[in-house]
Amino acid sequence: MSSAAAAPVPRYLLEARGVRKSFGTTEVLKGVDLLVEPGKLVFLIGPSGSGKSTLLRCCNRLEEPDGGSIIMDNVDLLSPRTDINAARRQIGMVFQSFNLYPHLTVQKNITLALRKVAGMSTADANARAAEMLALVGLPDKAASYPAQLSGGQQQRIGIARSLALNPKIILMDEPTSALDPELVGSVLAVVKDLRARGITMVIASHEMNFAREAADKVVFLDGGLVIEQGSAEDVFLRPQEDRTKRFLAQIRH
Amino acid sequence: MTAADAMSNWDRFVFTFFNADIAMKYGWEILQGAGVTILAGLAVVITGIGAGFGLAALRAIGWKPVNFLIIVFVDIFRSLPPLAIILVLFFGFPNIGIVLPSLIVLWMSLGAVLAAFAEEIFWAGITSVPKGQWLAARSTGLTFAQTLRYVILPQAVRLGIPPLTNRAISITKNLALGSAIGVNEILGRANSALSMSANATPLTMGALLYVLVFIPLVIASRTLERNYRWGEH
Ligand SMILES: Nc1ncnc2c1ncn2[C@@H]1O[C@H](COP(=O)(O)OP(=O)(O)OP(=O)(O)O)[C@@H](O)[C@H]1O
Ligand SMILES: [Mg+2]
Repeated sequence: MSSAAAAPVPRYLLEARGVRKSFGTTEVLKGVDLLVEPGKLVFLIGPSGSGKSTLLRCCNRLEEPDGGSIIMDNVDLLSPRTDINAARRQIGMVFQSFNLYPHLTVQKNITLALRKVAGMSTADANARAAEMLALVGLPDKAASYPAQLSGGQQQRIGIARSLALNPKIILMDEPTSALDPELVGSVLAVVKDLRARGITMVIASHEMNFAREAADKVVFLDGGLVIEQGSAEDVFLRPQEDRTKRFLAQIRH
Repeated sequence: MTAADAMSNWDRFVFTFFNADIAMKYGWEILQGAGVTILAGLAVVITGIGAGFGLAALRAIGWKPVNFLIIVFVDIFRSLPPLAIILVLFFGFPNIGIVLPSLIVLWMSLGAVLAAFAEEIFWAGITSVPKGQWLAARSTGLTFAQTLRYVILPQAVRLGIPPLTNRAISITKNLALGSAIGVNEILGRANSALSMSANATPLTMGALLYVLVFIPLVIASRTLERNYRWGEH
């Protein structure tokens, strides 16, 4: 109601409602709500093709939604008056395949946006990069190129790169699914550390043990719709919907 | 066959292709041609690659009418034989009142051909940079132009260097076509020395000069490829 809309402190940091997106004639998102409270970690699960990546990309308009509304910390992301490049600084993104810039050193990977978007001096940006590298446990990799790092190290650099801009929220699209099993732990440890620091995150991932340990909410997406959501315990141990049960049986083999 | 006959064949070969007197007489003349070849070559390479790079960057913006014009230009200049372009500009254009010096015609023709090929090479490089690079850069708030400049183009250039240096060398070698319209580059001068002296030594010198001019380019391209490895082995 109108009194709720006028409330001074928004309940949700990210409030996506009724998000729709089609590619050609295929409707990939059919009106999805994604509500994220500040400081919380939301897990997004669902079968391949259910629209997890598309939903995350709609949340920073890397994909243009066809309908619905997306409010980020009181800013209407879909309004034509919103400076989307400025808004994206507040929304970090971490990718399944890391997407580090192969032609730049780790330090430059992290400082590029600090210098070109945030307008920091090179010295300040480098100091910030060093701080971020320490935070993800790779303080001695500033001069390395991505090709010289393991997958787990690359992903931690990917997290450092998005974190450096001091975003309000970080969206992670299957951050560990391209990693060898023995490297997953190092990335999840960083995620856990970010959570302890109160950083809001939405993570598309099937790491169920980790979700049970760390997720505040699990959202199950299938066929472009939210089928079920709740605490990790509820969704994983006491799923209500048949589609959720089938999906969970599948990923457990 | 006697030893004397063999020697005389050898002498005739040396007299025809490695004649010291002729070399002395026309050497300076042909060397000046090398100067023209080098200057024209630099002009073709710089303007051709520069224009090709600019066109590819422009095409990345994705403005349909502009892209259509770029593709038309590129396809025409990639399919025309360079000599045909040179002859049209030099002998055809005066009929519509445009008279250009032969050296300018040579530069414009080969520059346009190299620009066309370079555009295609850079464009192939731009499109083969993974989409994730765009997503990552834009997600940090970089604008389209900043992403192109700092993330995409450096990678496109690296992918383009091997085919581009090959192309640049093979197109620049066409500077010898300048002899058809009286440009005084290496081959033009060697050719006129050949007809005046009735001896092939000037051609030997010309060939030697081409090698001297182009070998550094070939070596430079190797060095360039090595310097672009970004920590890969
Ligand atoms: N750019 C695009 N053009 C056309 N179709 C697309 C595009 N991006 C995604 N799709 C389609 O949209 C659907 C949802 O894709 P999406 O990548 O969001 O799913 P996902 O849940 O992330 O799957 P996965 O677990 O495999 O990553 C798929 O059917 C996919 O083929
Ligand atoms: Mg996905």
